[in-house]
Amino acid sequence: MHFTINGQSHEAEVDVRTSLLDLCREHLGLTGSKKGCDHGQCGACTMLVNGRRINSCLTLAVMHQDDEIVTIEGLGTPENLHPLQSAFVRHDGYQCGYCTPGQICSAVGMLDEVKKGWPSHASADLTGASLDNAEISERMSGNICRCAAYPNIVDAIREVADASAKVDA
Amino acid sequence: MKTFDYARADSVEAATRAGGRFIAGGTNLLDLMKLQVETPEKLVDISRLDLNTIEEREDGGLTIGALVPNSDLAADPRVIAKYEVLSRALLAGASGQLRNKATTGGNLLQRTRCYYFYDTAAGCNKRQPGSGCEAIGGFNRIHAILGTSDQCIATHPGDMPVAMRALDAVIVTQKADGDKRRVPIGDFYRLPGDTPHIENVLEAGELITHVELPAPTGGRHLYRKVRDRASYAFALFSVAAVVTVEDGIITAAALAFGGVAHLPWRNPAVEAALVGKAPSDETFNAAADALLDGARGFGTNDFKIPLARRTLIASLREVTQ
Repeated sequence: MHFTINGQSHEAEVDVRTSLLDLCREHLGLTGSKKGCDHGQCGACTMLVNGRRINSCLTLAVMHQDDEIVTIEGLGTPENLHPLQSAFVRHDGYQCGYCTPGQICSAVGMLDEVKKGWPSHASADLTGASLDNAEISERMSGNICRCAAYPNIVDAIREVADASAKVDA
Repeated sequence: MKTFDYARADSVEAATRAGGRFIAGGTNLLDLMKLQVETPEKLVDISRLDLNTIEEREDGGLTIGALVPNSDLAADPRVIAKYEVLSRALLAGASGQLRNKATTGGNLLQRTRCYYFYDTAAGCNKRQPGSGCEAIGGFNRIHAILGTSDQCIATHPGDMPVAMRALDAVIVTQKADGDKRRVPIGDFYRLPGDTPHIENVLEAGELITHVELPAPTGGRHLYRKVRDRASYAFALFSVAAVVTVEDGIITAAALAFGGVAHLPWRNPAVEAALVGKAPSDETFNAAADALLDGARGFGTNDFKIPLARRTLIASLREVTQ
């Protein structure tokens, strides 16, 4: 089967049971995405598929032929970090780091959802939400951090969101 | 996970004739397959079918494709403007990642989160007919208080279907012989009775293709969900309410409830207790009496009876303000 991951073409022969997460980790050597619960509860496996954040543990690789898949390895490089990656470093948005790739992929997808005007459970007005800290927490609730670095994660995301809002204005 | 045959359907007709279990978002089904609670021999991938649009009908209603993701449905400006209770219910469910994958049709068919249904070593009439119900007499904090049977006290876990029940949604399906039918959501789900493994009226091969929302009825919309965490948790109790108050009198009320029954619950007696009355705690208590008539706790879920009363009253105060 053919997969496009981080802009690169991959051919792989996989068992039908293989999750998108296992395809990346076990078959293609892309081990940045982490397996936490393997049941869609922790968010450590979050990837972007056709621009949308999903739990890669809860989807079959065979269902993603020719989709555009982006993992943490596709967002930045050690020399040239993605703005969210450098913000997580600056704000110490982790302790052990296991959830971080999922947090960052999820935040990328989340900020795009905000840009599209999608509301959340925390939005008093569904037609126009401002991204306050309660909104960030609600929108990131699918990513668990068992070290509980949440305040710093919110700060990191807040910095990137505010900077991007300034550029757009 | 047990292995299975995989086929990708390229049309609704082909899907209904493929003779397998449908998979679209897969967020619930794959979770259950990993635990071998579900062991389908064949999966029919319907995720690329052309069922992912939301169309306005001439009668003013909306027709929602079965593959419209929960996120898109919640954010649709027409849904926000005319069916706010549906947006609110969707946004109260799951996480951003799951809402991006979960579909309208799949969400209707979400399976219970009963602990014993998930535990393949436990007796569960829903998972294994005839094996008993360990929730009765066991840990049943999340279980039903209405419409239960001595075979099963599981709840339907969804939020979206609760709002759809209050909105009188109609589920449109296509069968393997090409026949289409329109099933009002009130007739779609089944109470557990003696066959808790049969959860709805779908026949083998019958595919949900669309959900129709009738023309909007106005009124104020509310979805209130009580749960153990502030986000990303299933409802212990939820209320979907669409209520109209004119000149100090409730003139229309549609209410549905989650977390209390095998299906999104609706009881005309609750609405009858409200319509024609002035909003007051006395009226709201009468509505709660109607809702909880015959309610029964099973031990660790006894708290749901007072919780439902208080939440309904608080919801009615808010929606009639």
